[in-house]
Amino acid sequence: METPLTAKIRPDGEMIDLAAYERAGGYQAARQAMQMAPADIVEVVKKSGLRGRGGAGFPTGQKWSFVPSGPDSARPKYLVANGDEMEPGTFKDRVLLEGDPHELVEGMIISARAIGAERGYVFLRGEYTDAGERIERALHEAKSEGYLGQNIFGSGADFDLRLHMSGGRYMCGEETGLLNALEGKRANPRAKPPFPQVSGLFGKPTIVQNIETLCNIPHIVEKGPEWFQKLSLTGDAGTKLYGASGKVKKPGCWELPMGTTMRELLEKHAGGMQDGVQFRGALPGGASTDFLTADHLDVPMDFTAVAKAGSRLGTGTMIVLDDKTCPVGMVWNLEHFFAQESCGWCTPCWSGLHWAEEILAAIEAGRGSTEHLARLDHICKMIAPGNTFCALAPGAAEPLQSALKYFPEDFERHIREKRCPWRDGR
Amino acid sequence: MLTPEEQREIEEEAAHYPVRRAACIDALRVVQKHRGWVSDESVRDIAEFLHTSPEDIDSVATFYNLIFRKPVGRHVIMICDSVSCWVMGYDKMRDHLKSRLGVEMGQTTSDGRFTLLPVVCLGACDRAPTMIVDGQLHANLDPAKIDQILERYE
Ligand SMILES: Cc1cc2nc3c(=O)[nH]c(=O)nc-3n(C[C@H](O)[C@H](O)[C@H](O)COP(=O)(O)O)c2cc1C
Ligand code: SF4
Ligand code: FES
Repeated sequence: METPLTAKIRPDGEMIDLAAYERAGGYQAARQAMQMAPADIVEVVKKSGLRGRGGAGFPTGQKWSFVPSGPDSARPKYLVANGDEMEPGTFKDRVLLEGDPHELVEGMIISARAIGAERGYVFLRGEYTDAGERIERALHEAKSEGYLGQNIFGSGADFDLRLHMSGGRYMCGEETGLLNALEGKRANPRAKPPFPQVSGLFGKPTIVQNIETLCNIPHIVEKGPEWFQKLSLTGDAGTKLYGASGKVKKPGCWELPMGTTMRELLEKHAGGMQDGVQFRGALPGGASTDFLTADHLDVPMDFTAVAKAGSRLGTGTMIVLDDKTCPVGMVWNLEHFFAQESCGWCTPCWSGLHWAEEILAAIEAGRGSTEHLARLDHICKMIAPGNTFCALAPGAAEPLQSALKYFPEDFERHIREKRCPWRDGR
Repeated sequence: MLTPEEQREIEEEAAHYPVRRAACIDALRVVQKHRGWVSDESVRDIAEFLHTSPEDIDSVATFYNLIFRKPVGRHVIMICDSVSCWVMGYDKMRDHLKSRLGVEMGQTTSDGRFTLLPVVCLGACDRAPTMIVDGQLHANLDPAKIDQILERYE
């Protein structure tokens, strides 16, 4: 089984430096890409079938093809790596950022070449201090070798790449919120159109891409689109960084073929449930995805199959709910997060989420009524896709609506017994 | 007044944006790194340095979770209150910290040693429960481990 994304990562947790990275074959793909026409790189990435790993799964090559090219197109163009990773339950980009920062830098050099970007930023969440130091070191090493800066690899092209540490807010991960944050503003989202590919950072064409997405690029360029497709067990190409947290025996993050089933992740890689607890369900790809249950354990974890099962692959890092943990309390925790991080731009999101948080707190405290359940339903509809400015609100609805669907008896028991059955019994 | 070192560091960041004001979050982070928090006076100084208004800087400063507009203790503890840590026993860790330090969330100990704050998912959910102290991650927490960690900070 091939694990291109993580193969160079050192087992001792130290970062792999430039010399070791190059000894392992690093920066060969960048050299190769500098000899290719930008349009040909875009074509290779399109053919590979790579879809964005930040949660939405948009085809990467297609996104790049929206960037205006030609001598009269706007300049400079920007490439931004989205390393905000604030989605609760998600810890996969950290592995790449800390373990192999040069892979990201190389992926960005190639992507910049493809879209004609002269400037780039790595946007990193403020708490990732170790990752920040390692990225800085990698940037410094790459600059000293002439892989960044002017006339890189003798190609005549310039690429200036900088690290930006965020001030901390979930909305910074949303691509247009991120652009505002990079401009030194509040991370409110922007209206689309115009799309960032045409008018993004400082009004210039901009591509924002997830860390894992960018780390795939050198391998695709080096080994080709057919190789990339064959890595997967299903129709969605490549490998995927999967993860599991919660009461499993061996929580962790693993690079596996795309389409690995939830059962294999849970039983083989995460070592099964801890002694004394049983599996009840999981959010398959972070806080903003719908619960799946034991009936879905054989669903392949790819974009298509998880969507068909009624959820989203999201970030691919699942959060496991066990039978000794209160589902109402868990959803309350999640909605508290979303309410707190809502930027307040649209009323349905801001007030709907604070309302949901209050209702869940009341049910958990034994002050719930059946009317509350109808109201929660109503809130989910209020913040459904299309009713708000950005995807935070629909994402917030996902764990709530699916908990109401799969665990109704737990909500009802709280209301009937006027207490949380787990809290007192624990 | 911004110190010459702060000015130099902010200037370095500003040079990499086409618009000077864009360095505002970097500037807030620089000041906080040196002073622990961002006072009204610092907000005015940053505004002047970046050619914008104090209101503008303040509206940005208050938006971001990691910028402190109030004084904090010598060490800042931020405990993750998000979902995986919650499943793995956040409540117990929070209560232990509160009783050990004798403070509520958001407060500073009377000797000025620690400030206790919540933070969202630290991206280390496979090692839950987690917290950071002065930016450094501590994972797989239990009450005894928390006690040992606290001793390291004077
Ligand atoms: C509230 C919110 C937070 C997000 N946070 C992140 C994030 O931390 N990292 C990320 O890559 N994408 C995040 N996204 C998705 C981005 O908007 C965007 O789709 C992504 O960065 C595009 O990269 P990709 O196509 O490579 O996935 C977030 C979206 C929303 C609505
Ligand atoms: S949906 Fe929520 S987070 Fe997104 S813009 Fe509206 S208020 Fe802000
Ligand atoms: S939920 Fe605490 S580190 Fe992710």
